[in-house]
Amino acid sequence: MSPSPEAIAVAAILFVVIAAYALLGGADLGGGIWDLLAGSTERGAVPRRLIDDSITPVWEANHVWLVFILVLLWTAFPLAFAAIMTALFVPLSLSALGIVLRGVGFAFRHTAEKLRMRRLAGATFAAASLITPFFMGTVVGAIATGHVPVHPHGNVLGAWTSLTAILTGFLFVAACAYISAVYLVLEARQRGHHEMTRYFALRATAAGLVTGALAGGTFAALSSSAPRLFGRLTGISLPLVAISIAAGTAVLVMLWLRWYRAVPLRVTAAVAVAAVVWGWGLAQYPYLLPTSLSLAVGSAPTATLVAEFVVTGLAVLLVVPGFGLLYFLQQRRVLTAAESDADLRLAARLEPATSGQPAAAAAPLGIRMTTALVLAILAIRAIRDVFSRPDRR
Amino acid sequence: MAHVLAVNPVPARSQMGSSLGFHIILACFGIAFAAVIMTAEWIGIRRGDATALLLARRWSKVMAVLVAVGAVSGTVLSYEMGLLWPGLMGRFGAAIGFPFSMEGIFFFLEAIFVGVYLYGWRRMPPWAHWWSGMPIVVSGVLGALSVVAANSWMNSPAGYTLSHGKITNVDPVSVFFNASTPYETAHMVLAAYMVTGFLIAGVYAAGLLRGRRDRYHRLGFAIPFTLAGIAAPLQVMMGDIIARFIAHNQPVKFAAMEYVSKTTSDVPEWLGGIFINGHVYLGAAIPAFDSILVGFSPHTRVIGWQSVPPAQRPPLVTLIHLSFDLMVGIGFFLLALAAWQGWWWWFHRRLLMTPWFLVPSALSGVAAVAAMESGWVVTEVGRQPWIVYRVLLVSTAVTPSSGVTVTLGVILALYAILTVVSIGVPMVMSRRWRQGTPAEEETEQVPYGPSPARAGASPAAPPAGRALPRSSGGPDAP
Ligand code: HDD
Ligand code: HEM
Ligand code: HEM
Repeated sequence: MSPSPEAIAVAAILFVVIAAYALLGGADLGGGIWDLLAGSTERGAVPRRLIDDSITPVWEANHVWLVFILVLLWTAFPLAFAAIMTALFVPLSLSALGIVLRGVGFAFRHTAEKLRMRRLAGATFAAASLITPFFMGTVVGAIATGHVPVHPHGNVLGAWTSLTAILTGFLFVAACAYISAVYLVLEARQRGHHEMTRYFALRATAAGLVTGALAGGTFAALSSSAPRLFGRLTGISLPLVAISIAAGTAVLVMLWLRWYRAVPLRVTAAVAVAAVVWGWGLAQYPYLLPTSLSLAVGSAPTATLVAEFVVTGLAVLLVVPGFGLLYFLQQRRVLTAAESDADLRLAARLEPATSGQPAAAAAPLGIRMTTALVLAILAIRAIRDVFSRPDRR
Repeated sequence: MAHVLAVNPVPARSQMGSSLGFHIILACFGIAFAAVIMTAEWIGIRRGDATALLLARRWSKVMAVLVAVGAVSGTVLSYEMGLLWPGLMGRFGAAIGFPFSMEGIFFFLEAIFVGVYLYGWRRMPPWAHWWSGMPIVVSGVLGALSVVAANSWMNSPAGYTLSHGKITNVDPVSVFFNASTPYETAHMVLAAYMVTGFLIAGVYAAGLLRGRRDRYHRLGFAIPFTLAGIAAPLQVMMGDIIARFIAHNQPVKFAAMEYVSKTTSDVPEWLGGIFINGHVYLGAAIPAFDSILVGFSPHTRVIGWQSVPPAQRPPLVTLIHLSFDLMVGIGFFLLALAAWQGWWWWFHRRLLMTPWFLVPSALSGVAAVAAMESGWVVTEVGRQPWIVYRVLLVSTAVTPSSGVTVTLGVILALYAILTVVSIGVPMVMSRRWRQGTPAEEETEQVPYGPSPARAGASPAAPPAGRALPRSSGGPDAP
């Protein structure tokens, strides 16, 4: 039985979203990792500040990608979702823990007043940035090596503690640090901060090399732990794997040559990550859980898949213009003539205080109140009509 | 996953209930806070009122913090749907997933436009900025509608075809607009406006009580109180309609709400009371009133829980009944509070300043939260032992994985911290507004908002603002 075209299409959407999360969420998590590694409070102040400035505006929107992955999975591939959530209960809970701790640390560190609290919040934020990608990596490793049964009777500890899964966990951490450092190079450059440009270029190179080494290690481990996947990675997925290696190398060369061009560098680094994600997806086809649950068996009914398609289209239609507007505003530095908070405070305070409450003008308000009353009565009647007599349904 | 029996679902249920009970409070702000802020901004722009504008600008920063915490706790909920209830998602994900997907779009939009709104304060002309807040109001309501539709589906499952225990066809529209959807969503959106409005008003009522009676505090009280006060009567009416719908749609749940054990007519309405071994202690009964409420006549027969076997009856009837009574009681209390101020305004055009009004007003927000939480307890505990009403049992849906007791403990601890953050951060901000310099306020950093480095122009050089008449009093934050 081969999978329906709708199922393949939704699976493709799923992998686009996963790649988006790997890039955007990854850069975000990676920022936290560099924050962790930035050293003492004094020494790390400058890089921390840069990290903060570049991830603050986006950090939260990145959750949406993750949520979208979960929702797509449970709607379109419910059996696989239930199996993964049961068998990998532990690492998934830990990655969720990381997300909450990040949120706490993030919300609090800007407002905390004492240095000690601020440090604690910062440390929580940074440590959580390590936990989340690591355990997500072990989840992916466990799925890819086919250790998630379709009907697990409980946690499957062996699935995510295998050598391959642990290596994948480290690979995820390194990849986050890598993609984030590349973006931070560009952020620093855009702000004309030469020292920081160098600082992150060095780290991006190091992270790139570590990521490459870990990828090689994982690949080697796969040859024995998941022969089918390995076979397809070196078969049908080989072009994607090759593109990823080439792009990764190209980024290292650009950094070495100090050719910090925003678009080429960003795109090449993104390609290096996205190509691996898609390579994995293609290698796993046609299985949701290799090799016990196939796409054909594990997909939701066609109507649901079509609905997910429509939802995705709607999301693109609505969200893209919104993002455009936000980006436009973020780039816009000229402020309009609107009052600053300071002006407002002045204006509100400088006025001579009138004694007691100013009584509002009675006549128009009376009319307004009457209108409001009439409207309320109309609303009540409308609700009554819509909801009247449940027993008639 | 289906064949493992005898898993104790209580830790999982407690974890789900506590994370939802936490998330829902922040969700209320996500749904309704933008409307409060935009009312203030509207007054500010329309009348050139600096006080109203300042309130709007400060509130928008608080909203950003709360939305960020809401997003984190919401992400946890998405995990939990799978981590705790794989038996539900594996079987019915194809149906219940659709409303959740719609929710995703709206909260995505909401997050983006919260960013636009915060960035836009000094980068857009006033009215354009006001309109840029509109999508937050709309997507908040539509997002609530979607996610509550998922809950409604669990109460009134519809729109799917089962064969051999597997879903073979789905009608997403009937899933979304199931029988319970209109009732639950309308009631929840009104609840969100009440919770948000009364909570914010309560903060300023506390300020007024402490003698900060300037215009800033009066306006900060009046705007949210008015919105919540409009929602209050509608909510009580809606509640009455829902109760009748529940009597018809989920009679056993209704029986638990009203202590009806046997199906009869002339059923009394119990106020308060504890149910032990077939007797109600410490309660007051109004004869035949329950029958009258359900069918407008004492002769209406009300179905009792003995109509179903014991295994299909909800547990903890006392909890369900008392929660229901608490919700209804608070509903009438808040209605009375709003009516009192409405009356006073009608004849005197003033805010009430007597402590007899201000003290209950300061507590009204907490009361609204209590009403909302107990309403959810009625809905959710009353649905037991079903996770999907009359289709799937909670004990079949719960995860067989061990470790839920651990995650439950961690969640409780973390949410205690998150609670401190969501209350503490706005408090620290307000203290800073009261004591700090204007420049500090200008460069304050909040999630979603511009960072000082990007804010551009130096705050020390204020551009000439428009004329700002009409304001008085100091802008002291509560
Ligand atoms: C501010 C909050 C608030 C207030 C004042 C009220 N309610 Fe409520 N109620 C809720 C907030 C709420 C809620 C938390 O939003 C619930 C839970 C599920 C839902 O859809 O709404 C709810 C559920 C709920 C249910 C159960 C619905 C179900 O099981 O699906 C009934 C029968 C009522 N309400 C009835 C009332 C009555 C008769 C009220 C007033 C006199 C009232 N509510 C005031
Ligand atoms: C609209 C979205 C909601 C959905 C989809 C939802 C879903 C669920 C699910 C799947 C369960 C576990 C199964 C069960 O025990 O029946 C549950 C239980 C529960 N939920 Fe909800 N829920 C929602 C809203 C809420 C809210 C806002 C609260 C607020 C307090 C709440 C309170 C509870 C409680 C207390 C339980 C445990 C019931 C018990 O164990 O007796 N729910 N909910
Ligand atoms: C099982 C139940 C629920 C799940 C799985 C869930 C899921 C989520 C998720 C994933 C987010 C984050 C979206 C983002 O990143 O922006 C979120 C936020 C939000 N949720 Fe929930 N939610 C549930 C219950 C509810 C309920 C009952 C309501 C209200 C009626 C609600 C209202 C909101 C709102 C308004 C937000 C936006 C964030 C905010 O404004 O605070 N959710 N929810």
